Order: sequence, then C-alpha cells, then structure tokens
Amino acid sequence: MSEVDVIVGELEARFDDLSYGHVRAWKDAAPGRLAIGCLPVFAPREVLWAAGALPVFVRGAGDRIDTVRGDAFFQSYICHLPRSSLELGLLGHLDALDGMMFPNTCDVIRNLSGIWQDAFPQHFVRFIDPPQTGERASATGYFRAELEDIFHELCTRSGRDPDPAHLAAATADYRVARQAARRLALARLEAPWNLPADEVYLLRRAGDAMPPRDWAALVDRYLAAAAERGRRAEDRIRVCVVGAFCEQPPRALLRAAERAGCYIVDDDLTMQLDADAIEPTGEPDDADPMAALVRAWLAGGRPSAVRYDEAGRAGRALADRVRATGADGVIFAAPSFCDPALLDQPRLTGVLDAAGIPYMAFKYAENTGQFQSIREQAGTFADSVKLWGAA
Amino acid sequence: MSNVRKEPSMEAQKQMLAGYFGELARAKEERRPVVYTFVPGNLVELLAAFDVAPVYPEVNALQSAMRQRSGGFIREAERAGHSEDVCSYVKCDLGMMMKGNVGPTGEALPPPDLLLLSFTGCFTFMKWFELLREQYKCEVAMLHVPYQGAGEVTPEMRAYVVEQLEREVIPKLEKVTGKKFDPDRLREQMVRSRKAEEDLAWVFRAARQRPSPIDAYFGGVYYIGPIFTSFRGSQAACDYYAQLRAEVEERLAAKAGPITPDGPLEHEKFRLVFEGPPNWTSFRDFWKVFSDEGAVAVASTYTQVGGTYERGFRHDPERPLESLADYCLSCYTNLSLPNRAAVLADMVKGYDADGFIIHSVKSCNSFSAGQLHLLREVEKLTGVPGGFIESDLVDARYYGHANIKNRVESYLQMLAARRAGAAAPGAPALAPEEVRP
Ligand code: SF4
Ligand code: SF4
Repeated sequence: MSEVDVIVGELEARFDDLSYGHVRAWKDAAPGRLAIGCLPVFAPREVLWAAGALPVFVRGAGDRIDTVRGDAFFQSYICHLPRSSLELGLLGHLDALDGMMFPNTCDVIRNLSGIWQDAFPQHFVRFIDPPQTGERASATGYFRAELEDIFHELCTRSGRDPDPAHLAAATADYRVARQAARRLALARLEAPWNLPADEVYLLRRAGDAMPPRDWAALVDRYLAAAAERGRRAEDRIRVCVVGAFCEQPPRALLRAAERAGCYIVDDDLTMQLDADAIEPTGEPDDADPMAALVRAWLAGGRPSAVRYDEAGRAGRALADRVRATGADGVIFAAPSFCDPALLDQPRLTGVLDAAGIPYMAFKYAENTGQFQSIREQAGTFADSVKLWGAA
Repeated sequence: MSNVRKEPSMEAQKQMLAGYFGELARAKEERRPVVYTFVPGNLVELLAAFDVAPVYPEVNALQSAMRQRSGGFIREAERAGHSEDVCSYVKCDLGMMMKGNVGPTGEALPPPDLLLLSFTGCFTFMKWFELLREQYKCEVAMLHVPYQGAGEVTPEMRAYVVEQLEREVIPKLEKVTGKKFDPDRLREQMVRSRKAEEDLAWVFRAARQRPSPIDAYFGGVYYIGPIFTSFRGSQAACDYYAQLRAEVEERLAAKAGPITPDGPLEHEKFRLVFEGPPNWTSFRDFWKVFSDEGAVAVASTYTQVGGTYERGFRHDPERPLESLADYCLSCYTNLSLPNRAAVLADMVKGYDADGFIIHSVKSCNSFSAGQLHLLREVEKLTGVPGGFIESDLVDARYYGHANIKNRVESYLQMLAARRAGAAAPGAPALAPEEVRP
C-alpha cells in the first residue's frame, strides 16, 4: 500500500468515527483538556485552544447514520444538518465533548442552540453572535467582551490561568495550520489530478478536530505522498464549488462531480482555515493577542453568505477567485432549504453572467443517495464548457 | 378581504394605511427622504425625528398577499433565479420590485435614500437587504442586534446597539436628511409611543376575560398594524389605540365576544394561544377554520414580533437610545427557544387557554426551525396539548384548506374530550388592568 493510501485510510477512519474516539484519546492524554463542539461555520478557534479546549466542528452526520430522533425536531422544510447533529448528540456520539458552541450562521443554527440547551442541560452551550455591523468601534468593544467571556469561562472549566500568553501561543499554532491550509490549496490548484477533491476534503475534515500543529504536519505528510503519485492531467474542466459551507454534501457527490469531468480546484466546503476570516496578524499580537483576534474578524476575509457583505463585493470576489484559480466555471452546490446559500446565488450568478463565467447549480442534502442526475448535470456542464472554451 | 366584517377601528386603520401609502407616493415630490427598513426592531421614532418616510418590505408583501397578488410576484422572483426553498416574503418583495415597485394600493413606491437594516430576530433580513442594495445605489446603515442566545440582554449587548445607533444609524440619517439629530424630538415621539403601547397592552390583556372580547391573533394582526409600522410615536396612533381600547371596553362590559369575519362570536368554545405568523393569502379562510368552531385566540406570539408590549415593554423617553436598544433586543423572535417556550407557557396559563396552536410556516426559519421542540416543551410546561399546522405566509401554494381544517377540527375535538373528562375550568374574574403578564 502506498503512503498516500495509508494516509487516506487513516483519514477515512477518522471521518467514520462518529464518536470522536481520537478526540477522547487526546483529552485523556493530559488532565484538564476540554473539547468543545462547534457548529458551522465560525468558531473563535484560537480562544478555545488558548483555554485548553480543542475546537471540534460538528457538521452533521452526512449519510453515515439514519436520523430518526432528529427528524422529530424539525419540519420537512428545514435543512438536514440540525437533525443529524441532534441525532449524534442523542445517540451519545458527542459524549467526548464538554460543550457546544453555536455561531449565528443562520436562524436554524441559532434556534438549534436553544434546543440544545433543553436537550442537553448538562452541556456548556454558548451562542456566539459575531459583529455584522460596519461600525468598527462599537463592534470592537462588543466582540472583545464576548471573546473574553468565552476565554474566561473555558479557562475556569479547564483549570487554566487565563493568561494572554496562551492566546499568543494559540494564535501562533493556528497560523501554522493556516499556512498548511494554504499549501494544500495551492498544491491542489497546481495539480488537482494528484489531489482528488474527496481526499482534500477528508483532510480538511480531519482538521476539524485536531490540534492545529498536528494537522499541519498531517497536511505536509499527505502533500509529500500525493506528489509521488505522478498522475497525468486528464481532459477535465476546473471548477470552483460554492455554497456548501455549512451542511456538507456526501463525499460520493464530490467524487461523482469529479468523475463527470471536473477538477474541483476551489471550494467553500467547511469554510477553509485560510478563508474563514480570522487570521490575526500585525505587531501588537504579542502585547494584546485578543485585540489582534478581534481586528482580524473585523477586517473580514473571503466574503461568505453568512456574513454581511458590507461592500457588496461577494459577486466580484467570486469572479476574481475564478480567474485566480484558473477555473473554467462554478458549481453552485447548496443544501436544500438553506436560506443563506440560496439567497446569495442570484446575485452571484448575475456577476458571473456579466463576466461570461459559466456555472451550474444543484441542491443536495447531506444524506442524499442519488447522484445520477447530478453526475449527468455535471457531465453536461463539463462538456459544454469544453465546447464553449474551444469555440 | 372585502367580505370581512370590520370593527370601527379597523375602518380607521384602513384610512391610516391608505394615507400612509399616499404619503409614500408623494414623498419624492415633497422631497421627503425615504428609508426602507424592517418591522421587528424598527426605529420608527428615530425616523420620525428626522421626518423621513419609512417603507416596510414585509408589510408590502403581506398586503400584496391579502390582495392575492403575491403569487405573481413570487413567480417573477423565481423566474429570476430565486429558489423555491427560500423565504417567500423576500421573493414577494423582489418580484414586486421587478414589476415596477407598485405598492399594494396601486401607487408606486418611492426608491429608498437609505436602507436601514435593523437586523432583529431574523438572519434572512440581512440577505434580503443585500439583494435590495444591488438594485438601489443608496446609503446603507446596518444595525446588528445580537440574539438573546443565553436568554437575556446583557449590558454589553445594550451598549453595542446604542453605540451603533450613535455612530452608524444617526450619522447616516443626518447625512440623508441634512438635519441634525434632535434628542428632544425623539423623546416626544416616545412619549406618544408609550401611550399607544399602554392602550394596546390593555387591549391584549382584555383577552384574559371570559368571553374574550378580542381575537388576539386574527384580530390582533390588525391591532398591531399601526404600532408595528410607521405610526408608532404619532398622534394618529394614540387616537387609534384610544378608539380601539374604547371599543374593547364596550365589548368587555357587554360580555361580548370578538368580531370575526361573520360578525360577533356569540359563544366562545375554545380559548387558544397561537404561535407563528398567520397565512396571509387565505387569511379569512384561515380565520374561519377557527371561528366556525367557536375557537378564539386569546394570545399570540406573532403580535409580539414588533414589540413585547403585553409583556411590559415600553419605550422610555428618559433613556431614548437605550430604550430603542432594549426594544430591538427584546422582540419575540430575538428570544432564545427556551424563552419562547416560557412565553408561550405563560400565555397558556395566564390567559386560561384550553390549548395552543403552532402555525408553522415554510418560509420562515426564524420562527419555524425548532417549533416541533417548542410544541413539546410548552406541553411539558403547561400540561396542555398543542396543535400543529403548516402552511406559508404569502405563498398560496403551501396553504391546504382541507388539511388545515381536518387537523384543527380533530385537535379541537380532542380538547373537547379532554375537557369533558376534567373538572370544568374556572373563569378568571380579574379585570384586565389588574393582571400583568
Ligand atoms: S445548511 Fe444553511 S440553513 Fe441549514 S443550518 Fe446550515 S446555513 Fe443554516
Ligand atoms: S425568514 Fe421570517 S422573519 Fe425573516 S424575513 Fe422571512 S418571514 Fe420575515
């Protein structure tokens, strides 16, 4: 078995371990360690990590369990992620976690935070509502108070001293992880035939629940092994996938899209570390690392459907990204009933139309088992882009 | 709605609304700046202090639906690429804009000089305004109102909203109007707001009596119209609520029931609490499903989306900006789910209701996500079984008369059977003024 197969095997095992055995093992290795579940798409990773808590992203259960009890909480016209996330909790799969954090991604996740409070009264449950205002001064004070509160609360639970030095160290750790995320993204851009979307995805999902430096090392191990593959480029189009930032499509769907004639060179699946807006930089980090974290959020990052698009630049930013990644087109892949992703689509496609960038769109649910029509759609799209490109 | 029997105050309100849309139609000619904003957490007193004309896209959507025009608008938006899965209020508004922005009364709506996004209790509002902003190259002010995730308003949340009012909203209003902010004018508005709020709260509390003189959901949506929109803070609103209160006082004294589409309800058989917005496309039919069975809404949560007056909130002229912040933060859909369950349970108990109905709408994740859980929680807190029905706000495709009627009838039969098996409930003998939620 090649090294890359070994790594992918490990990644699959992690992915399939719905009960987060590796998180439990990490916690057991030292006293006081905590693990905090984080719903998509934003978590103040550095703050959690500095308090001795591993951020563990809970992104539903995909197609790996049947949701039975979770369905009893939500009507048919609500997306799938909150059901399977609840199911995981109700089945005890999240027992390794010491609490859950719910960002204001949308009203579904917002309301799920309330259900969680009722369903798991023993959990630390925290709702976090990062600033959306364009007014920086008021946002700074408010957000800082929020983050400080989380830091102190978690430090109390983990028994750590809430020392800013921990924040500085955590910031440095996540900087290493972000650099690795960028290396991964770049390597895929250069040779997507060596880095199938499904594998890159598994690697990023592993990063959802790993100490940041361990994950960075894993990325480098994978990149070295994947480079050895020496595969040749096939006649496929290059696409960016947009809209899959929260509820995740089944892995088979990613495979189906690639096999239908596409290379996914960029996506917002899981909102990558290098793109989810928080990257503290600047001199004063060490003196006041919390201020740097707040500044990083307010400075923004890649526009996303779950953050106020203050400058109205989401469409242009997407078109720029398509050009920068050398993509031939865009696949809009949004979860059914996802207001943020679906409401964004028309204004994004408007810009793509104007820029002459082709796109296709489909909806999915995390547990969908039917890929035939999506495969056909992606195949037709790839063919037409090739024809159009040659014309 | 032409066949609906109306209370005199309803006629007064109709005039107010016609006057409002007429004013909007003349706004540009009169060089009056126009601000588009939303109902929950609206800052109408502040807007009035700057003499701007507010436009509420949700009100246009619901008015269009009541006039059976929303279907065409929604289809227009869907043809333009909007998903059938998303909030139909948004699509109705966008479709109306695509068709020339002619308002529900047939008069053209003026374009905005300012989009004031007060983002209260619903994330979709933010997406909605991003879409509107594409169409209008105008100033935008964003007020981020944090959600009460932990079930309370913290001093930091309040301070954050006040600071945004001071640093973002007021300066933008000064810019588009060319006027300086005058806190005294804001206070004057709030004095009148408070008066109208007192009267409205009294009216809602009157439903504690048996029989209830009002229907707090189907009638209630009329009652909240002026105060949730552009009239709060005006003398017209004070007059309207005084008139409404006088009418309700009269019915209370006469032990008369509410006015329904078919006239006064003679015999109150069921007292229900309602959660969720109504269906607007078949509003009369929806109401009749209940009134035909003698079921009266004695309280509702929808009538609290634009202010929780019956739970005691009042604008406070002594602390105007803080009070605006508290208003935004405390609107019903900005409450955590456990708090929403507590509000519902309080109402079921406080209004001596036989049951409660959750009307879940497909469009609205803000209201609907988690309502099945809410149902069980309220049942747990009250020991009273709830009924669950589904449709939509302004998309008639999701309103199924037969299905809703069957469900409601079976639910009411179950309540009747339950009542027959229990001791007769005692009617509360308190006057409305003596009872505070
Ligand atoms: S998939 Fe969309 S609607 Fe569902 S929880 Fe995620 S962001 Fe919200
Ligand atoms: S989601 Fe609900 S509250 Fe939000 S705009 Fe739509 S109907 Fe209104």
